[in-house]
Amino acid sequence: MDYNEIIEIPPYSLGKEEKTGLLTARMKELTGFHMSHCQEYRRMMDSIGYEPDSARSYYDIPFLPVRLFKELPLCSVEPGEVFKTLTSSGTTGQAVSKIYLDRSTANNQQKTLARIVSSFTGANRMPMLIIDCPSVVKNRAMFSARGAGILGFSIFGSDRTYALDDDMKLNVDAVKAFLEKHKGERIFLFGFTFMIWQHFYKELAGLKKEGITIDLSKGILIHGGGWKKLISEAVSPEEFHQRLRDVCGLYSIHDYYGMVEQTGCIYMECECGHLHASVFSDVIMRRAADFSVCDVGEPGIIQVLSMLPESYPGHSLLTEDEGVLLGEDDCPCGRKGKYFKVLGRLKNAEIRGCSDTYAAKFN
Amino acid sequence: MNNKEKYLKAFCEALNITPEQTEGLVYTGISEWDSVGHMNLIASLEETFDIMMDTDDIIDLSSFEKGMEILKEKYDVEF
Repeated sequence: MDYNEIIEIPPYSLGKEEKTGLLTARMKELTGFHMSHCQEYRRMMDSIGYEPDSARSYYDIPFLPVRLFKELPLCSVEPGEVFKTLTSSGTTGQAVSKIYLDRSTANNQQKTLARIVSSFTGANRMPMLIIDCPSVVKNRAMFSARGAGILGFSIFGSDRTYALDDDMKLNVDAVKAFLEKHKGERIFLFGFTFMIWQHFYKELAGLKKEGITIDLSKGILIHGGGWKKLISEAVSPEEFHQRLRDVCGLYSIHDYYGMVEQTGCIYMECECGHLHASVFSDVIMRRAADFSVCDVGEPGIIQVLSMLPESYPGHSLLTEDEGVLLGEDDCPCGRKGKYFKVLGRLKNAEIRGCSDTYAAKFN
Repeated sequence: MNNKEKYLKAFCEALNITPEQTEGLVYTGISEWDSVGHMNLIASLEETFDIMMDTDDIIDLSSFEKGMEILKEKYDVEF
């Protein structure tokens, strides 16, 4: 299958039957490909006696635990073909995942992200306010997932401006000048959940008390990176939305779920507050006891499948997150595919996520 | 300056390279043209030709020559 053809499919247009056919064919193909190109992966598949042709649906494709990418270098291309290595965000002392990308996989990641995000933001690029500090993309040799996230989303913006300075303080003058320059235009805002709460929302709330208001009613905010710290501060997603709306009029707010091991295939939150799987990827909730498939509404461990990974065997992974499937093809927002909610990290799992690893410093 | 010269200048200034380095240059072919350099390059080209590029074109601009092709076909920049 040529991914260049798959990517032409509108991201939320396929119903269950069509998507199952497409995803199954692609997953079987990728499993076979990685078995013949990655020795370690081949050994793992051999050890469980997996036969590439035996899978009747993508539900039968084996999954690797996501933390395996921290312990083993897993790569399905020659070392000379690797042109970028992504690493996960980790707190100090944690091992980080290493994801090896060749040009083609990296390019497909960026294109897939563009398809998914522009179906929410529209095709036109907007002036972009990044709720982070410029130094996060300074070390060009080795990007953190945080820097990669910001850069990945930068293609949706023009006139990119950082709202925070390198001490993570709100740069009020820069934000005001930016909004004045783009008065009346739609604005694209991007950042990580905890940074937005700690360094943007709280600052704006303080300014409001002093009588200084910032109007972001024309803004669309996309944020990700984990809720752990906010949950510990008892801030729910609903409250996050409500407080931002109150302080600056921002009401178009979309969380996303995604991870560096499957960059590109993010799960965007719709207007109803549900995370959606696009046609390029899928989620399966599994029971911890025997990894059988959960019913709708039953919490389980999230397995993620992506049609993208060709340069590393990361097309089917078991995360350390807990989630619950809410339904399929029938979200009131009109998008097809599965929709779900992330409940949080499994107990005793490592802290990860661009927002959560940063927030760990605030304990 | 004609458009070819403007294009060359925008490229060199954004990536901080010499005109001799541009021929046959591909994305990530040199350390200056990485993903950070790429976004600087796009900003520079947009300012030079007063255009706003589509996200797909930003992704597809993978070499010095390809950039001219995209600007010519999609943004009416004659070289």
